Amino acid sequence: MKSRMAYPYIVWLSMFIVLPLLLILYYGLTAVDGSFTLDNFQRFIDPIYLRVLWRSVELALLSTAICLVLGYPMAMIIAKTEIKRRNLMVLLFILPMWMNFLLRTYAWMTLLGRNGVINNILGWAGLPELNLLYNASAVVLGMVYNFLPFMVLPIYTVLSKMDQSYIEAAKDLGANNRKVFWKVIFPLSLPGVISGVTMVFMPAVSTFVIPRLLGGGQLMLIGNLVEQQFSYVGDWNFGSAISIVMMLFILISMALMTRFDKEQQGGVGLW
Amino acid sequence: MGEYMIDLKGVSKAFRKDQWVLDDIHLSILEKEFVTLLGPSGCGKTTTLRIIGGFEAATRGDVLFEGKSIRDLPPYERQINTVFQKYALFPHMNVFENIAFGLNIKRVPKEGIQKKVKDMLSLIDLKGFEKRRVHSLSGGQQQRVAIARALVNEPKVLLLDEPLGALDLQLRKEMQVELKKIQEQVGITFLYVTHDQEEALTMSDRVVVMNEGRIEQIGRPEDIYNEPKTPFVANFIGESNLFEGEMKQDNLVYFQGKRFQCVDKAFADTEKVFVVVRPEDVELTGKTNGIIEGEVLRTTFKGIHYEMMIKSLEDEKEWKVHSTERRTPGEVVGITVRPDLIHIMKRG
Ligand SMILES: Nc1ncnc2c1ncn2[C@@H]1O[C@H](COP(=O)(O)OP(=O)(O)O)[C@@H](O)[C@H]1O
Ligand SMILES: [Mg+2]
Repeated sequence: MKSRMAYPYIVWLSMFIVLPLLLILYYGLTAVDGSFTLDNFQRFIDPIYLRVLWRSVELALLSTAICLVLGYPMAMIIAKTEIKRRNLMVLLFILPMWMNFLLRTYAWMTLLGRNGVINNILGWAGLPELNLLYNASAVVLGMVYNFLPFMVLPIYTVLSKMDQSYIEAAKDLGANNRKVFWKVIFPLSLPGVISGVTMVFMPAVSTFVIPRLLGGGQLMLIGNLVEQQFSYVGDWNFGSAISIVMMLFILISMALMTRFDKEQQGGVGLW
Repeated sequence: MGEYMIDLKGVSKAFRKDQWVLDDIHLSILEKEFVTLLGPSGCGKTTTLRIIGGFEAATRGDVLFEGKSIRDLPPYERQINTVFQKYALFPHMNVFENIAFGLNIKRVPKEGIQKKVKDMLSLIDLKGFEKRRVHSLSGGQQQRVAIARALVNEPKVLLLDEPLGALDLQLRKEMQVELKKIQEQVGITFLYVTHDQEEALTMSDRVVVMNEGRIEQIGRPEDIYNEPKTPFVANFIGESNLFEGEMKQDNLVYFQGKRFQCVDKAFADTEKVFVVVRPEDVELTGKTNGIIEGEVLRTTFKGIHYEMMIKSLEDEKEWKVHSTERRTPGEVVGITVRPDLIHIMKRG
């Protein structure tokens, strides 16, 4: 009975996950004529592409770190609000997520652009115009803005479920508020932090919309590289190979994270 | 001044306006005393402990610690430690780290911590458990780690909130003895909370019986048991027969339509009183030799004794009687009570 119930899921799984993966794997490991080759990967080991990979990782890490630093206190504030107002706060927080992702990013362009809102205000105040758009900072800003909720929500969930008696026990044993946080609350919230980091880092490292719109094509990230191969160059084989490299990269970093998490929590990880 | 370890001065608590969970609690606890708060669930025992521990603020009244008010001290500045109801052992730390938590906070040197934790582990009989995860311990073991984690800080007062509540009966009995032993060994004040009257009576120097946010009676276990001051205490501590009666003169009380000899003085003429008689204090005699005649309704074997429900032929009221002597249902018996085993308390 149970296994039969799983059939739709298996069909879904193979259609939308396994099949595309196999296709990517096929393209990545073949040449244009369909013969097996590792050339696509070899091509990637080139300082130009490696620099793109490195920059993507760098910006994604930076965005993730900013999301964590901003998101953790936000999650704490929401978790500490009394229940009645809490749902409202969560709602306010995820409301922008219901808006189209592109739209939200375009909104930033009109804010930051040369003739954008901020520069207009600066002009009125008699201040010099700033180059806010089309640089790495704008890309990081876009990533933080778009992915922050993915950091806040899992941390909030863990914090709001945390047993208050651990906190009281720590205070009872002489810990002031700061020590209670670093010795008890933060370590116990690590599962939330780790899933938040995962959920921000993954889309941030692979996004191509944000660097295209806010980076203005000046800033090539690995997501753009993949997109370029598929949409403009038409080299699906090389594009697939880059995707595989990126996927492996994410997989390895996730595995490391969860291992770290399991060590902390005594085996009850998220995965 | 200063001779009490803990002194509650008219402590009251309301979580919501005018809903008093604690009502004017006065309680003075001596150094090295084992005091137990006893009362039914919801009577305010935990709240009292939390006010002393610093986790709730008293709405009115003051809490003195060695004669000084600690009303405004946060929990981490009080020389008091707590064993929480559900232990609250830190799940991300092993046994050693849990016990060492307080010492680490106080920056005790490494060697000192090692030694103290080791001493604690041998006190609670868990030597060699340092590296164990707390989840891998049994309930009784977690319990003992929680006690060690508190005691290692050498508090002057240890608060324990139903620490044996989650253990099975056998283990409870063992832990009762062990806790008492530990308290005598470390020689500090224990303020213990339970709703189990037997536990309170066996472990405590003094018992505080609470009901609906008030203290009903404070006294040594023997006094609480033998001389309950209110009907609530009489009913809550052990089993008892409770009657309404009147005292017409010294040493003579009327209830169930009969006169009984007692050893209490009448405070005023025809004063209304409650009369309490413990089931084991009722004496069964031949049909006509007793003060009251009654018919045995039910007889139940209870191990050491028989429990019998006897209906008074006078006014149909039932007596609960414990006796080693078995009487068969339907039999009519006589009931008497020795004067000194009749307990009188004021009514109204
Ligand atoms: N934080 C709180 N908010 C509102 N009411 C509470 C709170 N804590 C306890 N109470 C109420 O106070 C009363 C006493 O509770 P408690 O001290 O836990 O009793 P006990 O420990 O004797 O079972 C109960 O009626 C309980 O519902
Ligand atoms: Mg309680």
